[in-house]
Amino acid sequence: MLATVIQFPGSNRDGDVMRALEQASGKKPIRLWHTETALPAGTDLAVLPGGFSYGDYLRCGAIAARAPIMDAVRRHADAGGLVLGICNGFQILAESGLLPGVLMRNAGLRFVAKFQHISVARDDTPFTSHYYKGQAIKVAIAHGEGNYTADEETIARLEGEGLVAFRYCDSNGHAGGDANPNGSINDIAGIYSPGLNILGLMPHPENLIDHVVGGIDGRGLFESLSAFAKVPA
Amino acid sequence: MTASEPTITPGLVASHGLKPDEYERFKKLIGREPSFTELGIVSAMWNEHCSYKSSRLHLRKLPTKAPWVIQGPGENAGVIDIGGEWACIFKMESHNHPSYIEPYQGAATGVGGILRDVFTMGARPVACLNLLRFGSPDHPKTRHLVAGVVAGIGGYGNSFGVPTVGGSTNFHTRYDGNILVNAMAVGIARKDEIFYAKATGVGNPIVYLGSKTGRDGIHGATMASASFSADAEAKRPTVQVGDPFAEKLLLEACLELMASGAVVAIQDMGAAGLTSSAVEMGAKGDLGVELDLDSLPCREPNMSAYEMMLSESQERMLMVLHPEKRAEAEAIFRKWGLDFAVIGKTTDTLRFVVKHQGEIKADLPIKELGDEAPLYDRPHVAPKPRPRIEAASIVPPIGNGEALEKLLATPDLCSKRWIWEQYDQFILSNTVAGPGGDAAVIRLGETPDDGSGAMASPGLAFTTDVTQRYCEADPYEGGKQAVAEAWRNLCAVGALPRAVTDNLNFGNPEKPEIMGQLIACLDGIGEACRALDFPIVSGNVSLYNESAGQDILPTPSIGGVGTLEDASRTQNIAFMRPNDSILLIGETRGWLGQSLYLREICGCEEGAPPPVDLAAEKRNGDFVRGLIRNRALTAAHDISDGGFAVALAEMALAGNIGATVEIDPLVPAHAYFFGEDQARYIVTAAPDKAKAILLESEQAGVACKIIGLTGGDALTIGSATAILLGNLRRSHESWLPDFMGRIHS
Repeated sequence: MLATVIQFPGSNRDGDVMRALEQASGKKPIRLWHTETALPAGTDLAVLPGGFSYGDYLRCGAIAARAPIMDAVRRHADAGGLVLGICNGFQILAESGLLPGVLMRNAGLRFVAKFQHISVARDDTPFTSHYYKGQAIKVAIAHGEGNYTADEETIARLEGEGLVAFRYCDSNGHAGGDANPNGSINDIAGIYSPGLNILGLMPHPENLIDHVVGGIDGRGLFESLSAFAKVPA
Repeated sequence: MTASEPTITPGLVASHGLKPDEYERFKKLIGREPSFTELGIVSAMWNEHCSYKSSRLHLRKLPTKAPWVIQGPGENAGVIDIGGEWACIFKMESHNHPSYIEPYQGAATGVGGILRDVFTMGARPVACLNLLRFGSPDHPKTRHLVAGVVAGIGGYGNSFGVPTVGGSTNFHTRYDGNILVNAMAVGIARKDEIFYAKATGVGNPIVYLGSKTGRDGIHGATMASASFSADAEAKRPTVQVGDPFAEKLLLEACLELMASGAVVAIQDMGAAGLTSSAVEMGAKGDLGVELDLDSLPCREPNMSAYEMMLSESQERMLMVLHPEKRAEAEAIFRKWGLDFAVIGKTTDTLRFVVKHQGEIKADLPIKELGDEAPLYDRPHVAPKPRPRIEAASIVPPIGNGEALEKLLATPDLCSKRWIWEQYDQFILSNTVAGPGGDAAVIRLGETPDDGSGAMASPGLAFTTDVTQRYCEADPYEGGKQAVAEAWRNLCAVGALPRAVTDNLNFGNPEKPEIMGQLIACLDGIGEACRALDFPIVSGNVSLYNESAGQDILPTPSIGGVGTLEDASRTQNIAFMRPNDSILLIGETRGWLGQSLYLREICGCEEGAPPPVDLAAEKRNGDFVRGLIRNRALTAAHDISDGGFAVALAEMALAGNIGATVEIDPLVPAHAYFFGEDQARYIVTAAPDKAKAILLESEQAGVACKIIGLTGGDALTIGSATAILLGNLRRSHESWLPDFMGRIHS
């Protein structure tokens, strides 16, 4: 699998996701500066990594969503290519219109960083084939604006079409209540595009890839992507 | 001098924080009246913060060398060899006064400043820690300060992209008007790729990098060197505003530039800004420096030379470049959208010359600005020893079980989860142990572990600690204890303690009793560092921590760094499973003087603090570290604040598994529960291994006993009633969120 990780000024988890991708696929991803206008030929997966692009001084992701490279990402997605946005990357996807909805300030009004479980809503997508449906996986969260919301109609569509990717839950897989760290509607932690080729999520599976740093539940996402890319379309 | 510059009067000199005799000394040095800009420059160089004029004499007594020390104090940060091709670079620094005045920005820029100290030397930052001391929870400002400082530390570190992996937070009324915010940063670099501040070569360009210069922070270092008075609020404009986004860009640009081979010398602009960085680079290299401020990137129009020289705008660097690499260097900085300007050159005159708009604004001897700074042997009186308190003389006011539950819900011993959950602990994917344990552990390198138990990456461990109530009661023993506890914290996670950065926070050194505290603390710190092979490689001194005449408790913060050959051979504090044997290592005599039990349960802050037997510390620490390296244990925790029962409860809560233990009938029960005897650990192991550990301990001369078993959902200690973990957890976890969420009454 050839993955290209976009680096915006202020991206800071680009290295983390590159490490997770390389570990899963055996292939070093390409790091691409945001002023480029095309993805490297042969890119299977474009990644918008976590961080604080442009300091998040404007609405999170709003400036990065208008970076030159984003037109190329949009073309890649339109052609069915895979796009993964994590944390700030999810915010950029929402700001660029590639995914619906917005990420508001956490309901608790504070930055939240901790281990968190999320449940896998479906296991038949390019991102989740190495998990099973309903599995509660341990990931890290670290965000101040992760409170997902959208208008009623959009939420109904996401739910109705099976486009919710992950929900915040406790270690037993139960969603709701204290298991929701930021107030996201319907405990939504991540969503897909209708074609299931774009995933945006707030949590960081890329930080849970070794036993010694807390567990390996995050590996599945990158292994799924790697396995998917190996199968010719 | 231009007509617009003020005339120098005694009042103007005093407002620059210079004493009349210091001003006379300066006049004699230059042989004339200084210009206004020169007065500003000398006030910045000769204040306490930059010159260490009250402490320098005594700091010389600290041990700073060891075979693994690459760079001791005197550079931007200390450097130690951590094996292989790698070096660890670290330092701790205070931002106390700014954080009291403007908690968010004060704390944020404290983090920014210390990160810059580390990456200036060519290191990529890998971890941050902090040590915070707030006033009484009852003080009306405390909650506002906690909220702002914590958000500021998180706001900067999270955005910059470094994990905040540990810290220490507690409260005492003596910090009501002067909180402490000490930030520590750790970075990693290849041993042969470390950069220093020493300029070389005559005629090399001096380059300004980073954010633009504004009027913020003018005289910040001078403010930090003065006592607080009622007009602290009026000093808000001297606090700088942090921009972690700019700092992240500066980090990446600097590391890219260093890799290109363009950099001769580099210095960050921290306290006293351009003045201090330019003078240090020249003086260290025995060179003169000539600056032309016309090309200085400014944020505001019409800034004077005086303002440019004294601004403490953040996220700025000064470099000396190889002239032939200039274009390449500039391209790197332009890519990152940062300012790049040649603002001067090195000379062979040994003068520090500042030009602005065709005029010479300053022309001073560069070496003397640092070397001839005043040096004081201030009068000091030895602290009065406090009486030893016999455990039997203290009548327990409540039952020991009830006391334990109460202690775990006190501001100092409660869970600090509310704080650390605002810090990104996970970024970089290397955090093996984050906040909440004895010491933080990170792994190095990129080797994935396969879970088979094979050798993983090497690791580093970090801790910050000091027990200021011990330092107040007996500065010498307190100084020893601060080092010993940091050393113990590192041993408890299986690390070999290697070196220390310190942050000496004290009151007004012009008071003989405060100077006495400082000197005795340093004596204690020095002795412990020597005994434990734990040299001090960097640090910071923060004096004049007083407000309205009230000095803070003497608080020499110790930041310790240790190494692990294998980051997976570590231990955390959580009980791992039921039916493990619990072992107590070290001697329990029941020392109650200065204990939290005495303060929180009996309501008195009295007595001598526990003495520290450094030989026992070394023996016991080496023993515990060996057990962890041999994978003999299932949990380990050092015993500190609150004593045995608190440590045991913390282990049970972390693992959500109870315990049943016997206590020594020869020690009064309340003193056994809560005495704060030093050099002790609680560890757990499988029962058959525990027996073998006992045998080993005899051979090592280490006091060690099997005292009980893990299991159940309650703590049963001696004859005290079983305490349900659920109840303990509720009180332990709820104090801080309840306090922070309380509506102000």
